[in-house]
Amino acid sequence: MILVDKFQHRFILNFNKYKYLLSELVKRDIKIKYRRSVLGILWSFLQPLLSMIVLTIVFSTLFGGRIENYPVYLLSGRLVYEFYSGGSKTAMNSIKSNAAIIKKVYVPKYMYTLGSVLSSFVTFGISLIVLFVVMIATQANFTIYIALAVIPLILLFMFTLGAGLLLATVSVFFRDMEHLYGIFLTLLMYGSAIFYPIEIIPDNYRFLFELNPIFVIITLFRDSFYYGTMFPLKPLLYATFTSVIILIMGIYFFYHYQDKFILYI
Amino acid sequence: MNIILGDELGETVIKVKNVGMEFNLSAEKVDNLKEYIIKLLKRELLYQEFWALKNISFEVEKGDRVGIIGLNGAGKSTLLKIISGVMKPTEGTVKTKGRLVPLLELGAGFDSNYTGRENIFLNGAILGYSKEFLREKYDEIVEFSEIGKFIDVPIKNYSSGMRARLGFSIATMVEPDLLILDEVLSVGDAKFRKKSQKRITSLFDKGITVLYVSHSIDQVKELCNRAIWLEKGRIKMQGDVEEVCNAYDES
Repeated sequence: MILVDKFQHRFILNFNKYKYLLSELVKRDIKIKYRRSVLGILWSFLQPLLSMIVLTIVFSTLFGGRIENYPVYLLSGRLVYEFYSGGSKTAMNSIKSNAAIIKKVYVPKYMYTLGSVLSSFVTFGISLIVLFVVMIATQANFTIYIALAVIPLILLFMFTLGAGLLLATVSVFFRDMEHLYGIFLTLLMYGSAIFYPIEIIPDNYRFLFELNPIFVIITLFRDSFYYGTMFPLKPLLYATFTSVIILIMGIYFFYHYQDKFILYI
Repeated sequence: MNIILGDELGETVIKVKNVGMEFNLSAEKVDNLKEYIIKLLKRELLYQEFWALKNISFEVEKGDRVGIIGLNGAGKSTLLKIISGVMKPTEGTVKTKGRLVPLLELGAGFDSNYTGRENIFLNGAILGYSKEFLREKYDEIVEFSEIGKFIDVPIKNYSSGMRARLGFSIATMVEPDLLILDEVLSVGDAKFRKKSQKRITSLFDKGITVLYVSHSIDQVKELCNRAIWLEKGRIKMQGDVEEVCNAYDES
């Protein structure tokens, strides 16, 4: 008599059973986002494009001398940041917003968090088209190094998923984390050199930026898209290290506390 | 108890062993960081334990239909949640075998912005069905639910009866090995109720295993062959449905 213990996580088996659910969850997030809006998916292009235009008008005279092709510089940083902030925020709410169903039917709970990060990643992928269009419009250099952007993108995904799992766990127990995290995200935006050159930061504060994984990932992303160079080793190693650590921490905490979620949602 | 049945079918589908479930019954729930820190500093974080279930052990053989009876707050729903895997018990183990379908709250996983059609696939996926299976059964689900032309209308515009009908149709489309019912035999209007009852009875006839929670002793007697009587989180009595229900009635 073989009894299947459903609490023993037979990860692969379980994942296979629910991978259709994962695709349905991602599909839902994207479909609902664009449903009943006249412009539909165009919003994904318009939103970064419009904000790029505004910020370019405002800041290009200020920083234009130091930054060549300001729109591409800005957009390459902004898209990375937007994915992180959007993805981690929806991941944070993924457990709470699916509370009704979590209380009724057993589904591996990380599916909801993973699904929300994945759907943000798909939206991010769509908005990358804007970057290409702007690069063509501004006659930017296309180099072979653009292909290497895959590496910071994978790191970014891992980092966001790890942070999302951590945040989802914490926010189940502490509802006010959402507001605290909103403040943190604003600070992160200003601290990631998205619309200004890093050179304007005094040398003795520069290390703060180099410790910020999102900033480091943005520089890697810019190396491939904007500067067209190979990644320097140090930031690459740092970004890999932090992404792996955050992902491991996220998985660990999520798994450790997931059985208690039901008592708090 | 039930040795004969067990020998006939010879398969244990549910095995619950020494299960206990503990809740924290503190007067007010601290659910934000600010309060948590304040209370931590003031040393006001109370922890009052309460065992909703304690020392629960039983086995269910394939084909058994087990009614779970008891007063409000006896731990019936908690037990169902533990068996369906939604909650993890504080102590003890639960093992189940085969496809388990919970008919707890119909349409709990519906997305109100989604149409009926989309919800069939989403809800089906939540219940663990595959895409191919849902495609194959789609027409049957729609037909049984009697949603008709409203299938492409967002669920938020459905009446509660329509939602329940759709939920019921999706959940019972498969032949589950193990069906968990929490007093949901009354779905929709009289006509649909008859139809849904017929479907449940036909599932019963196919020999699936059922766990049924109800306050209606008559219904338990009618549907089940075994019963478990819970009182204050402990098993007061289990065994043949007549014996247990009679004892429960007398108490």
